[in-house]
Amino acid sequence: MALTDVAPIVTARLRHPDSHTLERYLATGGYAGLRRALRMEPEQVAEEVNAASLLGRGGAGFPAGRKWSMLRKAPVRYLVVNGDESEPATFKDHLLIERDPHGIIEGTLIAAYANQVAQAFIYVRGEFALGLERMQTALNEAYENGAVGRDIFGSGFSVDIVVHPGAGAYICGEETALLESLEGKRGFPRIKPPYFPAAIGLYGEPTIVNNTETMANLPWIIQHGGHAFAALGEGSSTGTRLFALSGHVRRPGNYELEMAKTTFRDLIFAPVLGGGIRGGRQLKAFIPGGASAPWFGPDKVDLPLDQDAVGKAGSMLGSGSVIVMDDQTCVVRAAWRIVRFFYRESCGQCTPCREGSGWVEKVVRRIEEGSGREEDLDLLLDMCDNISPGLSWPPQQTTICVLGPSIPSSIVWAIRMFRDEFLVHIKEGACPYG
Amino acid sequence: MARLSAETMAQARELMSLYPDSRSALVPICHLAQAEEGWLSPEAMEEIAELMGLAPAEVLGTASFYEMLRTEPVGRYMVSVCTNIACLLNGAYELVEHAEERLGISVGATTPDSMFSLEEAECIADCDRAPCLQVNHRFFGSVSDERFDNLVEDLASGRLEHDVPPHGVLCRVRRQGGLAVPAEQVRAERAEADRAREERAAAAQAEKS
Repeated sequence: MALTDVAPIVTARLRHPDSHTLERYLATGGYAGLRRALRMEPEQVAEEVNAASLLGRGGAGFPAGRKWSMLRKAPVRYLVVNGDESEPATFKDHLLIERDPHGIIEGTLIAAYANQVAQAFIYVRGEFALGLERMQTALNEAYENGAVGRDIFGSGFSVDIVVHPGAGAYICGEETALLESLEGKRGFPRIKPPYFPAAIGLYGEPTIVNNTETMANLPWIIQHGGHAFAALGEGSSTGTRLFALSGHVRRPGNYELEMAKTTFRDLIFAPVLGGGIRGGRQLKAFIPGGASAPWFGPDKVDLPLDQDAVGKAGSMLGSGSVIVMDDQTCVVRAAWRIVRFFYRESCGQCTPCREGSGWVEKVVRRIEEGSGREEDLDLLLDMCDNISPGLSWPPQQTTICVLGPSIPSSIVWAIRMFRDEFLVHIKEGACPYG
Repeated sequence: MARLSAETMAQARELMSLYPDSRSALVPICHLAQAEEGWLSPEAMEEIAELMGLAPAEVLGTASFYEMLRTEPVGRYMVSVCTNIACLLNGAYELVEHAEERLGISVGATTPDSMFSLEEAECIADCDRAPCLQVNHRFFGSVSDERFDNLVEDLASGRLEHDVPPHGVLCRVRRQGGLAVPAEQVRAERAEADRAREERAAAAQAEKS
């Protein structure tokens, strides 16, 4: 097995059951990265992050340092940390928010200092009740200890952080929808351009939106240097990353692995990671990067966990969540459930997404329930083509945000890979797997 | 008649002061109001509108967008069973069936004693413990039929009162501390620091050349 033994970065202290407390945080080197950053010039801090080539850990994988550099000249600015994790089968930020809130706060402070931001918001998914309580507790402790607020650690730098609860809406993970939500409105994604909130963000001001896990990497990067981070991984996929493994594996969970050095085979089958398929069954298919990503068959299992490699192979590493399906999985049902999710979570602004997701869901459901027609398969592909013309990857877009082109992924790739199974449902009027 | 307590109103005003634009506090304030009655009544939304200088329709417009904000009453315990992909693969729909049987209601309904409501949830990000569920947004993972029955009993008997507060109560930790100076002052100081830094950089540049 090509498993690497690189020391973990964002999960280093999680072996302690009290990892969320300030006491444990300080005992494990907490806030040392911030203290170091405060002794540097803000530009130097940003330069370290640039040197790390840290790709955003939210799903789009845009370099964090480049996002920041767009703001250099702007006068007023906000920093917003996106902790609205809701991509199906992604559960890494949930882990970090509950188990290492101080790490996220320290990263946020480092980012705020590097960009000279006076006001930051940590937007936490509403359903994370315990996470919200732990994050607010940690923030209160940080204030009490002079890490946040006025003149932090005597540096002359002042910054305020507000923990903001969401209220249940997948779409608010999209950064412009998140900003609308943070402004107290419905979470409608904004029309692009501008493509980045760096131009027009919160309250119309230049704003940085970064993912939670991205923030959690910053203390280590400042402590060890951007080049040390970039030395891990390969090519553009630097550092380590949390991979959330779920489905029919023996050992589902979050695994922090060096980027690009591990393959999907390692992640799914290595005894110290996924431990293989449960019940002695075989691998049928897996989704490499969240429910929005096209599916892979067993032939792709030797691909490395590398953003570019997965992209070239026709899918995406996305949010870093890997969903494993065994040979007894009904793919029609699995694809239906994913489409139903997008149907429920469409914000309703764009017709192809609002109407298309519902139509697709209805037709897949009737196949699943045994009353499908053979021409339904072409009908489905046609409807999907109207949502995302060409049905290619990366997808074309007819909607304001990427929720639209996420709708066809599961259906189109399930039909392409398992057309026979769809036909059995249609001809027999029943599922071969019961 | 006022529906929201003086305590809630005071906390709401505090929340409004945290943001550069007080409207940002709308969703957090809806959570607060929901903690009082378990849902957002039209009266509560009117009071929020008055407090924030919004039209009641604006409050409803925002609140109705979000799954967690309830504009109709629900039970004391909202049981949200995740059926999304990772849970589906681990028997979530079988669990939903069992839950319906045990509670005697179907998905979307509330028990006659207003104790339990049941719903199908989208992914709640606890997938390594699938099938999982939330009760009032508190997590319960690896839920077997037996574990579900025990959970229902524990909730009904009040044994989980602390872990699972009544529906609507979200974050029980209040913000303490804060910047304690006006944002304008911070901005002015920031501009001053920026100027000083630029001067340092210019001086360093001059030294080099």
